[in-house]
Parts: sequence; C-alpha cells; structure tokens
Amino acid sequence: MTGAGSWSLGEQDHHRITGHLNELLRESNARCAFLVDRTGQLLASAGEQLHFDPTAFASLTAADFSANDQLAQMIGEQEFASLFHQGEKESMYLADIARRVILVVLFDQRTTVGLVRLRVKQTVAELVKLFDEMFRRAAPGQDAARPLLEGADDEIDKLFGD
Amino acid sequence: MSMINYASREINCKLVYYGPGLGGKTTNLEHIYGKVTPEMRGKMVSLATETERTLFFDFLPVDLGTVRGFKTRFHLYTVPGQVYYNASRKLILKGVDGIVFVADSQIERMEANIESMQNLYDNMAQYGYDLTKIPFVVQYNKRDLPNAAPIKDLQGALNPGWPVEDPAKQREFPDPYHPGEKLVYEVDATWVERAPYFESVAVSGDGVFDTLKAVAKLVLKTLS
Repeated sequence: MTGAGSWSLGEQDHHRITGHLNELLRESNARCAFLVDRTGQLLASAGEQLHFDPTAFASLTAADFSANDQLAQMIGEQEFASLFHQGEKESMYLADIARRVILVVLFDQRTTVGLVRLRVKQTVAELVKLFDEMFRRAAPGQDAARPLLEGADDEIDKLFGD
Repeated sequence: MSMINYASREINCKLVYYGPGLGGKTTNLEHIYGKVTPEMRGKMVSLATETERTLFFDFLPVDLGTVRGFKTRFHLYTVPGQVYYNASRKLILKGVDGIVFVADSQIERMEANIESMQNLYDNMAQYGYDLTKIPFVVQYNKRDLPNAAPIKDLQGALNPGWPVEDPAKQREFPDPYHPGEKLVYEVDATWVERAPYFESVAVSGDGVFDTLKAVAKLVLKTLS
C-alpha cells in the first residue's frame, strides 16, 4: 500500500447503521450516539441534537481512542476495546467496531453505565457484522472514490481556478 | 483515508501539516481559519500546552467547493513539532491523504528541518505509506526573515527528489508553480521527481492558500 486509500459509505448502509443506533438509544435510554472512523471522520449520528460541533467532536474521539490504544500497548494489552468517561452529569461510552470505526454513546442520569455497556455490546456485534459485510462487498484493491471522480479532472482544475 | 459519504454527499480527506517545532504549522491553520467564511469551515480545535505549543494536534475542517455534486471537505491537522512528541505525531498520520511539510527557512533551523523530514519518512513507512506516492508539498516558511536560507539550499537539503522507476513517468514535467523549473527531470541519466514547493510568510498569510490549494488538488486528482 502506498497511501491510505479510500472507502465509501452508501445511503443504504447509512440507513441500516442509523437504524441500529436508534435501537440502541431506545433500549439504553442514552441521549445520542455517533459513529466515527479511526481517522476522525463522522459517519453517522442519531438521537438528540447537541450544541457542539460534531466534526470537532469526531476528530477528538478518534484521537482519544488512538492515544488510549498506545497506552494499552504500553501496559501489555493489545487494545482497550472500550472507554468510559464519567462526568458529573454527562458521560460517554466509546467502543471499538472491527478496528475501523468507533461507536460513541452520550448519556446522562436517566440511565446507568451498566445498562449502556450491556446494550452497546449487542450493537457492537451487529455493527461488526454490518461493516465486515460492507468491506467484503468493496472490490479488493479498488479505490472507492474512483467511480465517482473518474474523469473529473476538468472539474477539479476549475475548482482550484486553473 | 478519504471517505465518500453518499448519505451526506461529502468527500472527506485528511491533510497533515508536518515539520519542525515553531516552524509555522499552527500559524498556517490560524490564517486559513481567519480567512475562510464561517459557512465554509468548522471549529478550530487546538490541543496545546499553556505556552501555546502544540501538544497533540490542531484541527480545522474546511470546505473547498463541490465536485460531481459532492462537497469536498478537507480535515486539516497539524502535528506537534517538538522532537519528544513523536508518539502523538505518528498517531495523527493515520489515514492521511496529503502532507504539507512546513520547513523553517532560517539557516539555524536547517538541522531541525532535516531531522523532521527524516522523521516524517520513518513514521509514514511504519504505516506502510510511501511518501513519494502520496500527495506531498513542501512549504518554505518565514521567507521574510533576514536569516532565511536560499531556496536552492533548502531544496537541496529537504526536497532533493526521488528516482522515478516507472518508465511511463520518465518524461519532463514542468513545475506549474515556478515557470522554467521542473518537477520531473533527468539528471546524470537518472529520472528524478521532486515535490512541489511554495514560499510563505504564514504570519501574514503569504503562500498559505497556494500551498493548501496545491495539496488539496493533488489529493482530489489522486482519487480521479
């Protein structure tokens, strides 16, 4: 591999992911859930609209997870598959999905960390299956952006004023 | 790793500003943040020490327009330049689509530039990425200072070029940003390719957008 490559998220997969997130929120009584890829890009979200920048939130989530991965390795663990950040009123639970994406659940005193953790476990299993299937479907070695941007050179030149 | 989101109709790409400490990486992002209209950019996040040295990274998302009906969203990151933050520096490179190396033009910083460039190659290699094959531009910053080294010396030390093995690519390619100069050329029967370079004064914004546009364009061209 010479670079990081590219991948795509289709509308149908996005719909299925959002379905799983909504189910998780309903059954755990959590406030909202995000799915973020390991490079810090927000893939999907569900639940209450919160008053912060979701893009910044996603990049910090990925950095948080990456830093903790390194800490895990330093103490002889391969990874921390989940992280829990406890606040006075608001808390976060983060879980790894297939080493590619991170599930983030925000919750408050209306539920408990035990219930969230229990319900997240089930969603993680469902999402691992979904992502495995998605990545299997993607043709090996084929760049996901290729079909979309093939032959778009003129448009790209124009975008940058050439 | 660029990501095409068909649901939100966005192409997301990750650009990393790399280079030695106090070279102007954060200043590049601050200038972009100040000049781009709020509708075209998100919040700038800086994980810095109390003395405003980057501890983990700076982050700024910007939209650069639409291609094929998809919004092109670039996530700009800087790394901490100080040598001992290598663990965090390496983490930021994960999934990178394009790199800007911000060199400090001051003669006294030549050693630090070279060390940082070597560190970039090493960290990229550890992810299995080849710097000669991904979008990469070099920015020589602080050109306004009296102790700035000549461009020729900086190019020789930091951007001497790499051999072009592919026969299909062994033909002269002009440098679109410097008339009369070439990005691919033959020297002593060896074909060599250099990364595009830009001169800048990041504190006043000179060269900042030229650099950003060049690397962003290279990234999108790689995908097309």
